[in-house]
Amino acid sequence: MEFLSYLISGISLGSVYAIIALGYTMVYGIAKMLNFAHGDVIMVGGYISFCAMSYLELPGWLSVVLAMAVCTVLGVVIEGLAYKPLRQATSLAVLITAIGVSYFLQNAAQLIWGASPKGYTPLVPALNAKGEPNALQLFDGQLSIPYLSLLIMAVCIIVMVALTFFTGQTKLGKAMRACSEDKGAAQLMGINVNRTISVTFAIGSALAAVAGVLLCSFTTSLMPTTGSMPGIKAFTAAVFGGIGSIPGAFLGGILLGIIESLAKAYISTQLANAILFAVLIIVLLVRPSGLLGKYVPEKV
Amino acid sequence: MAEKKVFEKGKMVPVPSVSIIPERDLGKSPILECSHLGIDFGGLTAVNEFNITVGRTEIAGLIGPNGAGKTTVFNLLTKVYQPTRGTILLDGLDTHGKTPAQINRMGIARTFQNIRLFNNLSVEDNVKIGLHNQEKYSMVSGILRLPKYWRQEKAAHERALELLSIFDMQHMANYQAGSLPYGAQRRLEIVRALATNPSLLLLDEPAAGMNPSETAELMENIVKIRDMFQIAIMLIEHDMSLVMGICEGICVLNFGQIIAKGTAEEIQSNPTVIEAYLGKQQ
Repeated sequence: MEFLSYLISGISLGSVYAIIALGYTMVYGIAKMLNFAHGDVIMVGGYISFCAMSYLELPGWLSVVLAMAVCTVLGVVIEGLAYKPLRQATSLAVLITAIGVSYFLQNAAQLIWGASPKGYTPLVPALNAKGEPNALQLFDGQLSIPYLSLLIMAVCIIVMVALTFFTGQTKLGKAMRACSEDKGAAQLMGINVNRTISVTFAIGSALAAVAGVLLCSFTTSLMPTTGSMPGIKAFTAAVFGGIGSIPGAFLGGILLGIIESLAKAYISTQLANAILFAVLIIVLLVRPSGLLGKYVPEKV
Repeated sequence: MAEKKVFEKGKMVPVPSVSIIPERDLGKSPILECSHLGIDFGGLTAVNEFNITVGRTEIAGLIGPNGAGKTTVFNLLTKVYQPTRGTILLDGLDTHGKTPAQINRMGIARTFQNIRLFNNLSVEDNVKIGLHNQEKYSMVSGILRLPKYWRQEKAAHERALELLSIFDMQHMANYQAGSLPYGAQRRLEIVRALATNPSLLLLDEPAAGMNPSETAELMENIVKIRDMFQIAIMLIEHDMSLVMGICEGICVLNFGQIIAKGTAEEIQSNPTVIEAYLGKQQ
């Protein structure tokens, strides 16, 4: 039972990683760049929903919608101002710019909201009005699954299904896949590549906002660096699953969450992250393109 | 001043090559007019003084030795490269400053010398990428699967199968494009280009790697496409049987310059062309 409960907590943490990893992997797949500011968009999403709930006293679901709207705009603006002018530049220049944007967002958040952690009211409180844990009790109370975990997993599955459908069966999704394979050929078929990249950033950032709200609900605190560690872990998850692949990001995220949760429970809380990255190294040694990534030989 | 006049759209027809437009197209305005077109890469002039006029339903050939600048001309026409000099009028409209995607929407579609299909997409999806700009529904109706999405996707599906049937490929619709045999990939590239609804189709070495019987079939198909869609086709090709067999106007390029223009007979007997291909007679 104990094991099951750790496993479920791992899956729900992993679901958050998976949603963040989807943002990384989609942007990488299409723009062939690592958007290291993605983690900080999560943090902005968290702050926006925090402000909406505590200052504007909006209900939780509305704060999520607001956070998604703000982050979508933020993502498109970042792409337009920072990355678009560098479309022809070397990938290293874009990478450095992304790190710059990441620091910019963190410091801007620190100026606006201060460096001290803010207490975040979870979307689903841990205790209900009667003071009982807000959880699904199974096996005569031996296994309790918080409703929050269930919510996170449900959101993750919905996002996953929606994205799979979107990229597979809508014209914009197909345009995205075409751009990720061959931008030159895609634009000669009349596809506006810049617009497609903007849309990708918009979707990734909206997902980041959702992830931000879920993450803050999970950790119940919020500060300007909230997004960086989950951001890095989600990036790891994307690489783990095979960067550029949507099911890969999903699988990588869930596995990473489970490994982290089990390592914390059975090995050592402090060593959990070290174990996590050690597993990543081992996987990459065996399968350099990740679990579901395709090995693409360099053309000569 | 004379240079500037060319920019005014559709008013001034460049002088050259009017003579090789087939008679049936003479009454109509040409689909493509290039005048003084040229591009430099650093100090190297890759194409210079490229003047050509292509009629509405003409099949035009662009030939020349390796490295003559033929593909560069295609890249200029589709704005993969922005020209250094000169103008390109497509259906009387100046294409100055347009992006490749805009050029495609204006009516130029192309295939590539080395096949550039979207290999991981299905055959049908490759064709649907070509139909991208003709499918009109918003992202919202796509995600929520509103009736408009279903209608448009159904229409696109039918159109894709219809286009594939030109080459008898409808049964391959669900295959992965990358897994098709070579000849089928070449044909799919043409179908994908046709899906964008062009008025000028550029084929970059369509017969490369084909055996004589496949080439003969391709020749029939190119003529068939022209007759079906009533469009102009311009092709680069090294296979002389194909070029001499179906091209009504042929333009020979060497070192980035046009050295001859005319019908198949005129080109075959042109001493400059023979010299470019075979060298000077001792």
